[in-house]
Amino acid sequence: MRTHTSQAADRPAAAVIGDDGLDALIRALTEAGRRVLAPTEHAGAITIGDINGLADLPRGRGDVQAPGRYRLTETEDAGWFAHGPTAEGWKRFLYPPEECVWRAEAKGASWREEPTTTDDADSADTLALLGVRACDLAAVAVLDRVLGPEGAADPRYRARRERAVIVAVDCARPGGTCFCASMGTGPGAGDRYDLRLTPLADDPGSRFLVRAGSAAGADLLARLPARPADDAALAAAEATLNAAGQAMGRAMPADAEARLKRNLEHPRWNETAERCLTCGNCTSVCPTCFCSEVEDRSSLDGRRAERWRLWDSCFSVRFSYLHGGSVRESGAARYRQWITHKLAWWHDQFGTSGCVGCGRCITWCPVGIDITEEVAALPATAAAVPA
Amino acid sequence: MAKQPPRRPKLAVWKFASCDGCQLTLLDCEDELLEVAGHLTIAYFLEASRATLKGPYDLSLVEGSITTPDDAKRIQRIRRQSRTLVTIGACATAGGIQALRNFADVDDYVRQVYPRPEFIRTLPRSTPIRDHVRVDFELKGCPISRHQLLEVIAAFLAGRRPSIPEVSQCMECKRHGTPCVMVTRGLPCLGPVTQAGCGNLCPPLGRACYGCFGPMETPNTASLAGWFAASGTDSAAIRDLFRTYNAAAPAFRRESEAQARTTSSHADDA
Ligand code: SF4
Ligand code: SF4
Ligand code: SF4
Repeated sequence: MRTHTSQAADRPAAAVIGDDGLDALIRALTEAGRRVLAPTEHAGAITIGDINGLADLPRGRGDVQAPGRYRLTETEDAGWFAHGPTAEGWKRFLYPPEECVWRAEAKGASWREEPTTTDDADSADTLALLGVRACDLAAVAVLDRVLGPEGAADPRYRARRERAVIVAVDCARPGGTCFCASMGTGPGAGDRYDLRLTPLADDPGSRFLVRAGSAAGADLLARLPARPADDAALAAAEATLNAAGQAMGRAMPADAEARLKRNLEHPRWNETAERCLTCGNCTSVCPTCFCSEVEDRSSLDGRRAERWRLWDSCFSVRFSYLHGGSVRESGAARYRQWITHKLAWWHDQFGTSGCVGCGRCITWCPVGIDITEEVAALPATAAAVPA
Repeated sequence: MAKQPPRRPKLAVWKFASCDGCQLTLLDCEDELLEVAGHLTIAYFLEASRATLKGPYDLSLVEGSITTPDDAKRIQRIRRQSRTLVTIGACATAGGIQALRNFADVDDYVRQVYPRPEFIRTLPRSTPIRDHVRVDFELKGCPISRHQLLEVIAAFLAGRRPSIPEVSQCMECKRHGTPCVMVTRGLPCLGPVTQAGCGNLCPPLGRACYGCFGPMETPNTASLAGWFAASGTDSAAIRDLFRTYNAAAPAFRRESEAQARTTSSHADDA
């Protein structure tokens, strides 16, 4: 993986860019042969899609997000990146929902393994991820631990991830279901970015402080029409982040892990199960949920076989199927699996929380079940009671 | 599924009360149809050919629901002649749209529709095939998906379990990147309680799911209906959402009956 330094001495000082800088950035990424992915408007929501230029980025489009509710809005200052978390994160592109991982064909009496389209790292798309929010950058760090070289080392994930350039854009306006500040993952981007854009408080929609986080980012920055950042610009970027940190729609109780671990038999699970549809929307939109199943497919003549990896969810009955039946039959058991994995067992398994506070599972739950409210409904531990 | 049968197994396709759409799905497998015919002897398929072979049959695909006393007997004969019996479509697996009669008095319908009602011999309810005989696998959908039908046939030929997920339609929306129409537009969508498999046809076009594939594995219809009600859909409309192609599937039937009770208690209040 490319080395990311937070204090690289050789990187250019922070700079300020406007519309022309943003335009030049997209051009530079496109001209480098990259597939540029960014927030785009699609079917009543801002979601991640391909862009060819600045004109494809939503301008002056915001959103109102609440449990089970998302509506696009026009924002007065008509700037770029005026929206909250996109309908989904970047998981779709780094770890696609359906992927052929093995293929074989019968040759005479024996079988021959055939390459899949993604076996060769060189054939993987070289992605540029533009407009990655702090929470989603934290989610990429989580996925790196699970699927990257630090974890199970999924070669396809790794190939895409290593070749990707990441341009983070800090949040000026958190959404109504955001709670990254309480998870320590935002609103300012942490590490693992190549470039980081912070909207300036006096003109958040069209002027950005730009900082490089890698040599590749520094190279890019050197090619943009920019002016050096003065103290006022640094202060304006700081002001954006301070204001955003105060404007979170929600907060996660600080003792979430302990609360969950202590309340595994709480009656709340059954109450929540009465509302939960076991539909799997929450795990699908969660930028860190990585669970997949494999499905074997055979042709009618039985001479070709393929193995596909497909996004799965701990809300499906088959997910916990051992011989003879499923371990988690009830909705209560499945909801508890999801929330305790995200907020409690993940710490034991991977050393971090599995939740980055993006709020998507709240917005996109069709019946508005709120992960922060569910934790708050369990009795607090001694640690969380204010002295 | 039953054990792998001998070479070139015999396929039969049977029709009961139905529209033929599911059988046509097999003819619709244009590219794969010749291949299917290469691996199976098409022994009985009146939609495709008048030439028929005698049973027994290795694989019977059964379309349609049981609505007449004669059909109730015929399905017993077919079961006896079939090694593996797979029901296809909402009619065969849930009773179909014609199961709307189950919520009314069928004699009333007969009197209204036919000039000589005394000639009509029909059952009071439309029922799925599994209410009458043992069924080896149920393939849902109105109509079934071509892709899933081929999977069932390929699995039968290979002697393995078909891979037909029973999760919600939401999983298809999310895999396809379709923003939820409930969340973005407040539409009452049956996707969360409906089994995946259609290929995500309606939500990408901005339409709420109609529930063609019937109830998913653990449908929480009460919670979903409660959310519809809280978002301004009245109980009569919610009842009707659950009363379409899979009206008599137990989970959908129970919910529509609960909504019907709410509707009539509101009517009493008025
Ligand atoms: S659990 Fe919910 S809030 Fe946390 S990262 Fe996943 S989708 Fe976002
Ligand atoms: S919450 Fe469920 S789907 Fe998500 S990573 Fe954990 S087990 Fe997998
Ligand atoms: S919490 Fe919401 S999104 Fe998740 S499975 Fe339950 S109903 Fe679906």
